[in-house]
Amino acid sequence: MSFKTVWRGTGLLLISALLLAACAQAEEAEIVGGFEIPVVEDGKFNVAMVLIGPHDDGGWSEAHWDGLNYIEDNIPDTHVAFIELVPEGADSEQVFRSLARKGFDLIIGTSFGYMDPMEIVAEEFPEQMFIHLTGFKTNGENYGNMFGEMEVFKYLAGMLAGSRAKMDGNPRLGYMATFPIPEEIRLGNAIMLGAKQTCPECTMDIRWINTWHDPVIEKEGAASLFDAGVQVVFTGADTPAAGDVATEKGKWGVNYDHVNACQTDGCLTAPYWTWGPIYADIAKGTIDGTYEPGFQYFDSAAGGMGLFGFMEGQTPQPGIEDLPAEDVQLVRDTLAAALRGDFDRFDVFKGPIFDNQGNQILADGVSLEQLDLDGFAEFGSPCSTCMYWWADGITAELPDL
Amino acid sequence: MDPIIILHAGIATGTVLLFATLGEIFAERSGIMNLGLEGMMLIGAMSAFSITVATGNGLLGIVGAMLAAGALSMLHGVVTIHFQADQVVSGLALTFLGVGLALVFGEGLSKAGTISLLPRLTVPILSPVPVLGPIFFTNQSVLAYVGYMLVPFSWFFINRTRPGMHLRAVGENPSAADAMGINVYRQRYIYVLVGGLLAGLSGATISLAVSPGWFSELTTGGLGWIAVGLVIFAAWNPWRAAFGAYAFGALRRTILDIQGPQLLLGIRNPFFFNPYYGFFLQMLPFVFVIVVLIIASREALRKRIGAPAALGLPYVRGERGL
Repeated sequence: MSFKTVWRGTGLLLISALLLAACAQAEEAEIVGGFEIPVVEDGKFNVAMVLIGPHDDGGWSEAHWDGLNYIEDNIPDTHVAFIELVPEGADSEQVFRSLARKGFDLIIGTSFGYMDPMEIVAEEFPEQMFIHLTGFKTNGENYGNMFGEMEVFKYLAGMLAGSRAKMDGNPRLGYMATFPIPEEIRLGNAIMLGAKQTCPECTMDIRWINTWHDPVIEKEGAASLFDAGVQVVFTGADTPAAGDVATEKGKWGVNYDHVNACQTDGCLTAPYWTWGPIYADIAKGTIDGTYEPGFQYFDSAAGGMGLFGFMEGQTPQPGIEDLPAEDVQLVRDTLAAALRGDFDRFDVFKGPIFDNQGNQILADGVSLEQLDLDGFAEFGSPCSTCMYWWADGITAELPDL
Repeated sequence: MDPIIILHAGIATGTVLLFATLGEIFAERSGIMNLGLEGMMLIGAMSAFSITVATGNGLLGIVGAMLAAGALSMLHGVVTIHFQADQVVSGLALTFLGVGLALVFGEGLSKAGTISLLPRLTVPILSPVPVLGPIFFTNQSVLAYVGYMLVPFSWFFINRTRPGMHLRAVGENPSAADAMGINVYRQRYIYVLVGGLLAGLSGATISLAVSPGWFSELTTGGLGWIAVGLVIFAAWNPWRAAFGAYAFGALRRTILDIQGPQLLLGIRNPFFFNPYYGFFLQMLPFVFVIVVLIIASREALRKRIGAPAALGLPYVRGERGL
């Protein structure tokens, strides 16, 4: 047998092997836009989740993934599946449509940019329930919006960071923000308002990184803030980059999203999500037809959020230990009040509040309304005060819309 | 926004691009274009991080990364040198293969430790030098220093040594080189391998030093494609490659740091007042790659910028032609 024949034979075998493998696959899963669409299990309540990052990113996506598994573990006869690393926009529309076509009863999309695609697909499949985070749209029938008052926990983390920066003699904070949307501005303002409680002279720089999930850019963004002289960096994106870079630079970072986001000593704390109980309630409500989709915005008392180092059974991070006792006590008291239901987002955003241009946003004792939290008037929101302003102390500006 | 801080950070990211670009220069000088850089870098990044986390030894991680990417490059070598297949197609296939393999083997890795796994050095005598000291010789990763040494070495090797002359001969006129008794196939295999080894080192630089950790395909995030563009921008010259790589590193950091000051050169800084302008800056590196690739795809322009004459052409012993 000549050399060439051997190679031809090998090639043919390889191709047929690949073809066979492809056919075997086709029976189980369908590939759409490069994503393998999972299948439903007959006779069960099927839940699908679409993630923007990997399910083990140590942050945002992992917190949701934990919540998804909580559904399967706690509600009998449920089956869950997920698709990860799905870009926002047109790609995601295909993915959502395929999931709906497969027959998933509840489909959860966990990134801001899935908002419009999900709205379109929900319209096409009126029998199935679609839940979206973190945008601002709902159709009131089968496409619901959901989020929680994370601003309370960012506010508490802001208190700790302000105390830390003041203690270190460098009253400068930094906020690595993703996109100029209401959510990011709201959380940034909450951090600044919290920091002012413990450190009235504190200021905060902003870096826009234009991504929710890019660990490398997140690290560069944190480094950019630290090198500019900032003492504590907050992240608004998905991975624990702020605390990791802080550890290398000998400074402090505040991570976000997942209870395990604080793995390095430079991480001061992390406001995090525990989606499980919230998702389980939605799943239960969908099964017995009691869940009414709309703008669900849960309180701190709902058990969906935490502040790492301060919840039951947790030890504070090393950076907390030498902070002034009265500051730490203030955080503990406010947190306890929030978990009881005595302190919420309307207490965080309660006047007098000034923006960084010197305008009074809220008069003494006046709070923002729910609509203000997530709206820009320029984009058609009927809000009155809205969220297109930076709190006093933030070194950044917003362009005219 | 301190230019020294930006350049200092630019050296770190630039080192990643530098290794990949130098490796590709070697391969292309021998006549083999390998567009699989992104895939090889990703394999390198994954292997380096995985091995270093498992053994606690950064050097072992680097060696592993180079061998893994080198092995992958040999696949490209066999396909394009032995079977004389189209180099562009094989290179693209290599990208997919490399990315796919890295994702499969990297599954579950992303949670492991995330701070720098290689030491940083400050050179005693050179660091006090104004401007250059704080940029190049203060608190840089050991791999950055390897990069500084590799640039003059590569230039000297290619232009001033006998094996370097053989390398150029094989890339410019393989039949003449063959007639002179140089083994064209062996030479090309060697330099494709060198390209692979350096791409692996480049990947290791990311996952061990610059942005420690494993973040699936976002670890390289398109840097491999920028390196492909840089080779052409550098006109296959290591010195220009170094300049381009460091400049690109600095540009990445500038996009962030430029948002800091309210005034830029005495005028209102648009990047401070409007976050949307950042998108434009982020696009620039990829626009650059497109422009450079357009230039390189035009025969006449290619000759003018000094592309190796036999680049992309398979060599068949005994056949007429280049």
